[in-house]
Amino acid sequence: MEASLFRYDFVIKGLLGALFASISAGFAGTYIVSRRMVFLSGGITHASFGGIGIGYFAGINPVGGAAVFGILSALGIEYLSVKQKIREDSAIGIMWALGMATGIIFIYLTPGYAPNLISYLFGSILTVTYGDIIALGIMSVVLIVWFTVFYRTILYISFDEQYARTFTRHVNLFRYVTTSLIALTIVLNIRMAGVVLVLSLLTIPPNIAMLFTKKYPLIVAWSMLAAFAGTAAGYMISYYAGIPVGATIVFTLVVIWILAKLATRIQLRFLKNNDKNLLTNNK
Amino acid sequence: MPKPLLELISVSVSYGEFTALENVVLKVMENDFIGIIGPNGGGKTTLLKAILGLVPIRGKIEFSPELQGGKKIGYLPQISTGDHSFPLTVTDVVLSGLMLHKGFVPVMTAADKARAATVIDELGLRQLADSPLSGLSGGQLQRVFLGRAVIGDPKLLLLDEPGSFVDSNFEHDFYEKLRILNKRMAILMVSHDIGTISSHVRSFACVNRNLHYHPSSEISNEQLQEYGCPIQLITHGEVPHTVLKKH
Repeated sequence: MEASLFRYDFVIKGLLGALFASISAGFAGTYIVSRRMVFLSGGITHASFGGIGIGYFAGINPVGGAAVFGILSALGIEYLSVKQKIREDSAIGIMWALGMATGIIFIYLTPGYAPNLISYLFGSILTVTYGDIIALGIMSVVLIVWFTVFYRTILYISFDEQYARTFTRHVNLFRYVTTSLIALTIVLNIRMAGVVLVLSLLTIPPNIAMLFTKKYPLIVAWSMLAAFAGTAAGYMISYYAGIPVGATIVFTLVVIWILAKLATRIQLRFLKNNDKNLLTNNK
Repeated sequence: MPKPLLELISVSVSYGEFTALENVVLKVMENDFIGIIGPNGGGKTTLLKAILGLVPIRGKIEFSPELQGGKKIGYLPQISTGDHSFPLTVTDVVLSGLMLHKGFVPVMTAADKARAATVIDELGLRQLADSPLSGLSGGQLQRVFLGRAVIGDPKLLLLDEPGSFVDSNFEHDFYEKLRILNKRMAILMVSHDIGTISSHVRSFACVNRNLHYHPSSEISNEQLQEYGCPIQLITHGEVPHTVLKKH
């Protein structure tokens, strides 16, 4: 009885988690990859670890602390690189290290053993609560609404900021809000995949999608499919093989990416051969 | 005397300590075709940005009602701006020229998309309408950006170095296209290549912090010196004279 309840719980959390993670990968991931913000997002992810540490130390929800740290670090990187003229990659490196150091210091200062720490670093479906799932669900709705309603504005600002300034006075508003949403999305997905692996969960699916299409809406759709397939398969494999779920998902996604890459190569060679045949036939 | 389309009244622009433009006075009339020339860093691009409201100015810029407070200005920035590998199609980019006419929540209607298709057709890009930008040549990109600048049917067209990436096959077409557009809109064109543009523009504005207006498409080295515009006329033989018919 207990075992089947446990399994039911695992399946529900797993499926909902996979669904919401794939929405995150579709919207946030495509934005991160198209804007070349992968390293920036890595900085946000690791900076948020500082919030997790402070959360533990203060006895508050570590995800809340991580969210505050994630958003502040995203805006901080923006501020340092734009206003203080520090190179963006250096600003990211500083925030990255600051967050990790803060996290480690506060976890060390926290009395007793931090049992969930490993789950924050590498993710674990076993420690994901329904609260986490609901938060991810709300985040998914926010992402869908924001990226659908302001689809063109966000796209055109990303493509050519200078031109965008000729038609909207809100370029900075859109940048800051979108970056903050990305930071929140990353932090909420940390529960699933962990600090170390969350970025791959969000950025490998769009890279799979881009092998097949260069159209933004299609990249979003394909990313969601790829993420869902990879996450769901990752769960199953991790469950039956008894290996960590975050790592299994990311590993599965990389394997899908490699297979997809091979498939496009073979297709390309096939098309080239066809062209050659056409040419020789015409002669 | 007809009212100017656009009037700059002692406009100055500073970036911190550096004064890019000082007391610039310029009147742009309907159907003007003005070549904006001057040395690098002389303030040519800043002049366009001032008109577009992209940089804070001192002084005053007056729009005629026809410009609808700036909504009827088309802009083609230097081709180096923007991320050309960003996943957007040619149609998407051309449509972005309509954003000026949209509210806070922009929606592109079927009519907008039909308009984009017409513009793309006129630019000879029909086959590429659905293609991503990343595969286009410099000349094709420049045409896409021209489409973006003119889709909103502007009364004033601002072009920043449009010749710099245009391949020679397309150069003739491009200026021919501008000549046709000039019948329904005034054009301000920044260029460092006076030799090429002098056969297309009707007048010059030399910008080197100050602006000197030269009401003819024929300009000599001496006059350029006099205007404080130290640029060399690189031409073979004589400076080409205007080939456009005067109206």
